Amino acid sequence: MRYHTPDSFGDAAAIAASATGITRFLAGGTDVLVQLRSDLVEPDDLIDIKHIAGVKEITQRSDGGWDLGVAVAGAEMTEHAGLSADWPGLVEGMDLIGSTQVQGRATLVGNLCNASPAGDGVPAMMTAGVTLTVTGPNGSREVAVEDVPAGPGKTTLAKGELVSAVHIPARGDNAGDAYLRFIPRTEMDIAVVGCAVNLRLDGDTVVEARVALGAVAPTARLVLAAAEAIIGTTLDDAALEALASAASAACQPIDDKRGTIEFRTDVAGVLAKRAAKIAYGRAKGDAA
Amino acid sequence: MSNKIHVTTTVNGDEAEFLCDPRETLLDCLRDRLHMTGVKEGCGTGDCGACSVTVDGRLVCSCLMLGAEAEGKEIATVEGMADGDALHPLQEKFIEHAALQCGICTPGILVASEALLKKNPDPTEEELRYWLAGNLCRCTGYDKIIRAVMDAAAEMREAS
Repeated sequence: MRYHTPDSFGDAAAIAASATGITRFLAGGTDVLVQLRSDLVEPDDLIDIKHIAGVKEITQRSDGGWDLGVAVAGAEMTEHAGLSADWPGLVEGMDLIGSTQVQGRATLVGNLCNASPAGDGVPAMMTAGVTLTVTGPNGSREVAVEDVPAGPGKTTLAKGELVSAVHIPARGDNAGDAYLRFIPRTEMDIAVVGCAVNLRLDGDTVVEARVALGAVAPTARLVLAAAEAIIGTTLDDAALEALASAASAACQPIDDKRGTIEFRTDVAGVLAKRAAKIAYGRAKGDAA
Repeated sequence: MSNKIHVTTTVNGDEAEFLCDPRETLLDCLRDRLHMTGVKEGCGTGDCGACSVTVDGRLVCSCLMLGAEAEGKEIATVEGMADGDALHPLQEKFIEHAALQCGICTPGILVASEALLKKNPDPTEEELRYWLAGNLCRCTGYDKIIRAVMDAAAEMREAS
């Protein structure tokens, strides 16, 4: 295995593009090292991207949005007061991943690109409308988060491409987001179902909404029908029931040891209602 | 073909150098190259916390980091907690409360607890239990560990 420490994304992409064997990018390493240690994946080329300038920075843009370096760890997001105040759902999704020790290393982009259907960091990235800069051997392109996962362990990124920047939109007024997951214990487990809701209010009425589900399909996914069920409502009981129905209808889960198809489908609706209420409260000014 | 990487780092305040294979984890390097055997290997996959160390002050599993990544970093292990023969208050309290049986998890729990108390000298029991959720102990049932850390925290607050 060759260990590379390029100092630019262009160099990282060039190494990956010219590699003939198995290539992995190393940021937090909390998935890559486990795969390496358990002999699931032995990369021929391991490209550590943490020597690239800016990868550990969280910066607020002039439009109020945030740019996140691709090697920013979960703990660094949670400790960032401004980011946590603007996007509590996005931050709490990341914060649910693993232990304190894992939070010291794990990254949002790693969670996305590991492409587990149950990644807790992904649904709230989708509902926030996060976009990514993807750098490849022929330059860079912008891509929406929801266009990255392609299936369990698979992304739409081409050979030689890597995520080089994370762009979180400006929060704006009267808006809030939330992420909830179901696990059978209180900590250190993989989501059986995850749900993120992001919405904006005009007075008491929801005027914009995005809903995403995790762990109930081959990828985390946006559910447009669930968002439409609450847009134009005051999140009354009828709207919440319509939201739950739409969320459950969007599920295509598997049966496994962590949950049955029936259970996951039902819980998706329950979590959608609860996350929507939390996001609504935050849009009204509740503390995160 | 030699594919060894030369790493210069700081461990418990002292400069340290080692040669490692690119596949070797920081855990392997600390134990086998630098003979810091207080760092324990439990699962090797980041689940148990026995290999906890801090890197530039941040608590991590040393099994989930490559030795090569330690270049230029400041590593702290359980070997650096005591001041000569004077044990750290956490170590004293672990003995006093008998907060260990086999002892494999103990160095990781000490390092993790010290990292919490540096960040939050007055944690609630709930905060402590969540903080240590990634440190598994198969002997004690945790209660003695929690009591020892809470007692040490109280003593450290009084002393400061």
